[in-house]
Parts: sequence; structure tokens; C-alpha cells
Amino acid sequence: MPEQLFQFLLTGITVGSLYALVGLGFALIYNASDVVNFAQGEFVMLGAMLTIALLGAGLPLPLAALAATGLTVLVGLLLERFAIEPALGAPVVSTIIITIGAAIFLRGAALLLWGKDFHRLPAFSGDAPIQLGSATLLPQSLWVLGGTALLVLGVRFFFERTRPGKALLACSYNRTAAQLVGINVRVMLRLAYGLSAGLGALAGILIAPITFSSYEAGVMLGLKGFSAAIVGGMGNPMGAVVGGLLLGVLESLGAGLISSGYKDAIAFLFVLMVLFFEPTGLFGHKVAERV
Amino acid sequence: MNALSPSTPLLRVEGLEQSFGGVMALAGVSFQLDEGVIQAVIGPNGAGKTTLFNALCGFYRPSAGSIRFAGQELRGLPPYRIAAHGIARTFQNLQLFFNMTVIENVMVGCHLRARTRWLAAALRLPQVRREERQLRQWAREALTLCDLADWAEQSAGALPYGLMKRVEIARALAARPRLLLLDEPAAGLNDTETLALRELIARIRASGVTVLLVEHHMPLVMGVSDRLLVLDYGSVLAEGAPAEIQADPRVIAAYLGGAVHYAV
Amino acid sequence: MRLAGFYGFAALVVLLPLLFPNDYFVIVVGASAGLHAILAVGLNLLVGYAGQISLGHAAFFGMGAYASAILTTRFGWPGLLALLAGLLVAGLLAWLLARPILRLRGHYLAMATLGFGVIVHVILVQATDWTGGPDGLSGIPPLNLFGWTVEGDLQWYGVIAAAMLLAIWLSLNLVDSQIGRALRAVHGSEFAAQMMGIDTARAKTQVFVVSALFAAFAGSLFAHQQAFVSPDSFNLAVSVELVTMVVLGGIASTFGAACGAIALTLLRQGLVVFEDYEMLIHGALLMAVMIFLPQGLFVGLGQALRTGLRRCGLGRRRDRHRSLSTAGVQDPGSPP
Repeated sequence: MPEQLFQFLLTGITVGSLYALVGLGFALIYNASDVVNFAQGEFVMLGAMLTIALLGAGLPLPLAALAATGLTVLVGLLLERFAIEPALGAPVVSTIIITIGAAIFLRGAALLLWGKDFHRLPAFSGDAPIQLGSATLLPQSLWVLGGTALLVLGVRFFFERTRPGKALLACSYNRTAAQLVGINVRVMLRLAYGLSAGLGALAGILIAPITFSSYEAGVMLGLKGFSAAIVGGMGNPMGAVVGGLLLGVLESLGAGLISSGYKDAIAFLFVLMVLFFEPTGLFGHKVAERV
Repeated sequence: MNALSPSTPLLRVEGLEQSFGGVMALAGVSFQLDEGVIQAVIGPNGAGKTTLFNALCGFYRPSAGSIRFAGQELRGLPPYRIAAHGIARTFQNLQLFFNMTVIENVMVGCHLRARTRWLAAALRLPQVRREERQLRQWAREALTLCDLADWAEQSAGALPYGLMKRVEIARALAARPRLLLLDEPAAGLNDTETLALRELIARIRASGVTVLLVEHHMPLVMGVSDRLLVLDYGSVLAEGAPAEIQADPRVIAAYLGGAVHYAV
Repeated sequence: MRLAGFYGFAALVVLLPLLFPNDYFVIVVGASAGLHAILAVGLNLLVGYAGQISLGHAAFFGMGAYASAILTTRFGWPGLLALLAGLLVAGLLAWLLARPILRLRGHYLAMATLGFGVIVHVILVQATDWTGGPDGLSGIPPLNLFGWTVEGDLQWYGVIAAAMLLAIWLSLNLVDSQIGRALRAVHGSEFAAQMMGIDTARAKTQVFVVSALFAAFAGSLFAHQQAFVSPDSFNLAVSVELVTMVVLGGIASTFGAACGAIALTLLRQGLVVFEDYEMLIHGALLMAVMIFLPQGLFVGLGQALRTGLRRCGLGRRRDRHRSLSTAGVQDPGSPP
């Protein structure tokens, strides 16, 4: 039993890293624009599917991955320019429907391009499982873990050490004040969408060798990423990372110990429980409203 | 003996404390308010005036002290129960229902007198129709008192700012309160509107409602109030008739001597 | 006349099948649109009037449908009794969930309701012994209403149309009463609503329960009409579609919600001919409507029409006084 537990934990952390990356994307966009981008999962799908397609077209893997990320960033920028910017300041429901519309649109485009078939990317460095005691780990999981760690550190560095990162952070605290000190809020908005799309695409590329990808692959991943961001407290990037890991581990334990069919139900039950006790997530701002 | 014999004040606040993460916004505030009086709460910004209002109305849960209103303890009750005891208020940042017309706003103010239940409303039973007429009637009376009858069917969001503030007063009055709390009613008004407001407050008192107001506009405060309560750093600095307060050296110090503190 | 619009709409609903008794689009798609209208009108009470989002309403729709399906096929209950049981189950669950869930705001509320919907969907798929799993339950007997068995597309059109008109009438009545004003007050400013003596937590609980009842009612009808239920009819996409109907028609308008439901149902039906392009067009349209007609089709077009008429000097001038300062006007949803 304990060995099994270790295996579940390993799987959980791998899946959780992915949720963390998607959640991070949610948090970035939410910070910059108060919008929850329900098309975040579709960025993941696009990253994976574009890489597979470009690889099929004869590009070497690194180049295919790079091009796929670039293209997804472009999609993120276009989304910001043509769907989000015109609707800034709209009520929450409207922005939810706009981004859901965008998600359906991107899914529809993927369906046209690649059909309903499932595709898989070959593993970056072979499929021979690594033995860790009684548990096994796919080499690709190491790529996922390492990639996530690098990206999360990169995002931290970006926010804490670089000028655009600090400017973006300032926008999330107070957009008007940021504008007054000379930050171009529009540019920051585009930066957030581009960055977030890029993160999503990279997450998709890392996971593509482990799971099968199809035009619908982004739906559940997007919801889990949203869950991660909510559990961590909306708008707290590192909270989203912790939320994602927690969610992944719990889901994997639940699937292993209780029932794999109820995996998603267990994950969302956990989210509900968190919200019932902490209505703004684990690390969210406790909002004191003024009358 | 009646709980409200002439010697008993309508509102008696004792040792009210409210802290936010270690900052004492109210540090043991005590005062009382007699029925039929207009009392103003003044003090520098951050003195705790609006906090006092929010504590009185149940938006905050004060950590210590007592709020006795008409003989009943109100501390710890939620706002909707405090409203049922006969306290109504307006807000510093307008809290109008912008998704409704003026008269609908005021009809919501009559909520405590409405009896309609879900099933009866869904089936539009005769008693619901009667109540609709009655609520509309009451709302019109409140609007008339506030000189707003002509604006009844306008969308609340389309009114000029001064009228919006007046609708808030009408809405509060529609609840037929014994005590009306006005939070900066003159803020943002021009001179004519302020003059009309002063007259309206006097009319409200004449209709038998006790008024407690927070206000920065000194001519209005001095002209309309029977008594003043001065807050500073969450404590009562002075209390008395306007003339006494104007002459009180501590008040002058707080406003003038301490001005350096508040300048930023 | 308060209900003039309602009577006009009712006349249209009755006339259509008389004019086109054998038209598939009118009778079959029309019945489907009617069911959606019941769902949207109920959800609009929660989303449009009380301002509380729900991305999990398909769960209550499913509960009504599965209650009818399970109780009639497995236990031989009469349809109407099963329908009542469905209402009871959905209402009770909504009541239990309402307080913890409706304490949440904005995106947190969206997440919680979405999670609830996913959990119910997973249960429908996994609890195979009861629900038949992904394959669903078939062989649901026709609905028997006091001795009359509902059969055939035309009769179903009639039953659903009547149910829809009932739902619209109930909603119009509710909205135009102190109950409806209290709900709008909760949306407009929760602080002020509380200060007017409204127990906002209670009001939210009640409207959540009522909108769940509307959904469960539609679910029971749906189960009998289709004679078959499967989890796919109650997944997240359906929940999202319901909210879209409410917003598409125009938020906080009963007819808006009904029209949104009808428009989207017809649209989905019409898009089928585009086959693989359906999703692409559907997504693009959702974005376009929300960006260009943020108040929704019904309300937005209505206003555009009025403004147009006024500009031509035809309409009566309603706003005598243009809105002035925006200084005092904060977003009513979020006090600063």
C-alpha cells in the first residue's frame, strides 16, 4: 500500500504541475484584466496539436515546439485585441461568455484543421520507465516537472526582477494608478495574454507525449487550471501553482484509492470544500468592502 | 414603567470598539441620542465617523460595547434585523439600485411593511395586487416629502447626482424609521441643493424622525443640528450644542492644530 | 396593459402549429425551444434579476429528468408523481447548497456552481446501477396527465408550449412584485438591500431553489418527451448554453430569456447544415453578440429600435433629463 501511495503521489505531482501551469495562465490574465479566460485550456490544446502537426510536416521537434508556441502566443494576442479589448469593463457574465465563445471558436478551428482523431507526440527522451523503488516514472514526467519548475521560476523572476513584470504587477493592483505613473495599460494587457498563451502552449507540448491530444483536449485541462487558480486565490500566481499541485495530488490519490471514474468529481468536491471554508481561496485577498 | 420614558434616550451607545487588523477605528465610543433630535457627527477624515455608522447598522461586528436602541440591544445583529428595529440610512458612496426606476427604489424601501410571499406573488393573488397599490402609494408619499414626485418613473441611474442622493433619503424614509442615519448627505451638492437639503432635514425631523448625520459641510452642520458629536482617532473628543463645540479648545486643536497630520 | 406582451406571445405560440401543423422546424424544434425557454426563464430569475451566476444549472435539469426516468422505469411510478419527486429532490438539494454557495461572489461563485454541475454529471455517468451510465436510460413511458396520454410531436408541442407559457407567466408575476424588486435590489446593492430590511442570504436561497424547480420541471418533461435520457444532455456545455440563452436575450428580462432560448435553439438547429463549421460559427457568434450587443439581442435591439424611432421624431421621449455626472455612479455590483 505505501508503495502504491508513492506511485499515486508521483502521478499526482506530474498532473498537478500541468494544472499549475494552466492555473498560472489564468492568474496572469485575471491580474491584468479581471477576466477569467475560459479559452486558457484551448491554448494548451493548440500548443500540443500545432507541435504534432508541425512535426508531421517535417520540422524537428525543438523547432516545431518553438513555432507552435509562437503561433499560440499570436492567437492569444489576437484574442486580446479582438475579443477582450472591445469588451473591457463589461460585467462578469459577459466576459465569461466571450471567452467561452473564444474557446468554442478555437475548438471549432482545431476540428476543421485536424478532425476528431486523437494524436500523440513521441516522448522527448524515450519511453523506458525509470524505477524509483517500487514506483515507476516516465522520462516525460521528468520533462514535465523540470519544465514546470523552470517556467514557474521564470514567471517569478519576471515579476520580481524585470521592469515589464513589475509594471504588470502594478496594473493588477491598481490600473488607474499604474496608468498615472506612465505604464501603458494596453500594452500590459497584451503582454499578459501573450505570456499566458505561451505558458499554455508549453504546458500542452510537455504533456502531449503522455496523454492523447484532440480538438477537445483543452476543455477539462482548462477547468482544472481554473480550479487551481481559484483554490490558490484568484490573481495570486504562486497560489495557483500550489493550488494546481494540491489538486493534482488529491485527484490522483482519489482516483487510486477510491475510484478512477470519480476522479473529476473528487477534484471539484475538493474545490467546493475549499471555497465553503475560504470563500476567496487559500491565498486570496480578503476583500474588505467599503460602504 | 415604559422602556422609553422621557429620560431614556432613543439610542445609547456605550464603549463601542471596532478594530481592523490591530488598528482601533473605534476606541470605546459612548454617546446618546434623544428622540426628535438632529445630531451631527463631525471630525477629521479617518476619525471613525463612517465606521461608527457601519457598526450601528450591523455591517461591522464591533468587538466590544453596547448599542441600545429603544431599549433593545442591537450589537451583533445583522443589518436587515437592525433595519426592522427602525433604523434606516443613506450611504456615503451612493448605493442606489441603478437597475430600477426611482419609485421602484423607494418601493424597496417599504420592504419591511410588505407581506407578499413567493407563491402568492407568482400566482398574482388579489392580496398581491392590493399590496402593490399600497406600496406604490407609500412610495409616492415618501417621494412627495422629498420633492421627487416628478421623477418617479425615471431610471435611477439617469438622474443628476444631487437627485440620486435625495432618492436615497426618500428610500430610507419609506421604511418609516425612528432613526435616520445620513452619511455625508451634502457631499457633491451645490449651494442651492445644500440649502434644500437643510430644509428637507428639518422637515424630516418635524415628521417625527430622529436624525444622526455625518457631514463635513460646516454651515449645514451648524445650521441644522441640535447637538454635535466630535470624533477624533476613534474616540469622542467632545459633545454638546453647536455653540459650545465651536468654542471648545480641544476641537479647535484637533481641526487646526492637528491639521499637519491630516494634510497628506 | 401589464400582460399585453404575454398575450401576444401566447397567440403566436398557439397560431404557429395551426399554420404549420406538419413542419418539423415548428413542431419538433419548437418544442425543444420551449423546453429551453422554461430553463432560461427560471435561470434568469437567478442570473438576470438576483445577479448570481450559475454555471451548473444543467445539474438540476438532469435531476428532474433522471428522477422521472428512474422512478417510472424502475419503480413504475406514475409520471406526475415522479415529476413531483424530481421537483422535491432538486429543490431540496438547491436549498442545502444555496447558503454556502451563494456566499461566494463573481468568479468564485462561477467556479463553485461549475464544480457542482461537473460532480452531478460524473455521478450520472458513474452510478451505472441507477442511471444506466453513459448509455443512459431508455423506455421511459409516455406522460399520462389525468387519463390523457401525451403522444406524438404535435401533442408534445402543445404540452411544452403550455408549460412554457405557465413558466413565463409565473416569472412575469414574480418579477413585478415586491419579491422581484427585492431580488433586483440584491443585484443592485447588497448593502442597501440589507439596510431596507431584506435578508439577502435568504432571498438568494429562495431564488436559487425556485430556479432549480423550473429546471427540474423542464427535465421531467424532457425525459418523457424523449423517452430516453443520457448524461450528455446535462453536461457543462448545456449549463453554459443556458447562461448564454439568458444573456443573449437580454439580462433581467423574462421575454429576453425566453427569446434568447428560442433564438439559440433555432440557431443551433440552423447551424447543423454547416456540419464541421458549426462550432466555429457558434463560437464567433457568441463573441460577436456579447461584444456588439452587450445588453443582449432582445433588449439591445429593442433599445436600438427605440433610439432609431426617437431620432426620426416618432417615439416618445422617455428620458427627459440626460444622465449627468458619472462621478457618483459606481458599478452597482461592486461597492468601492
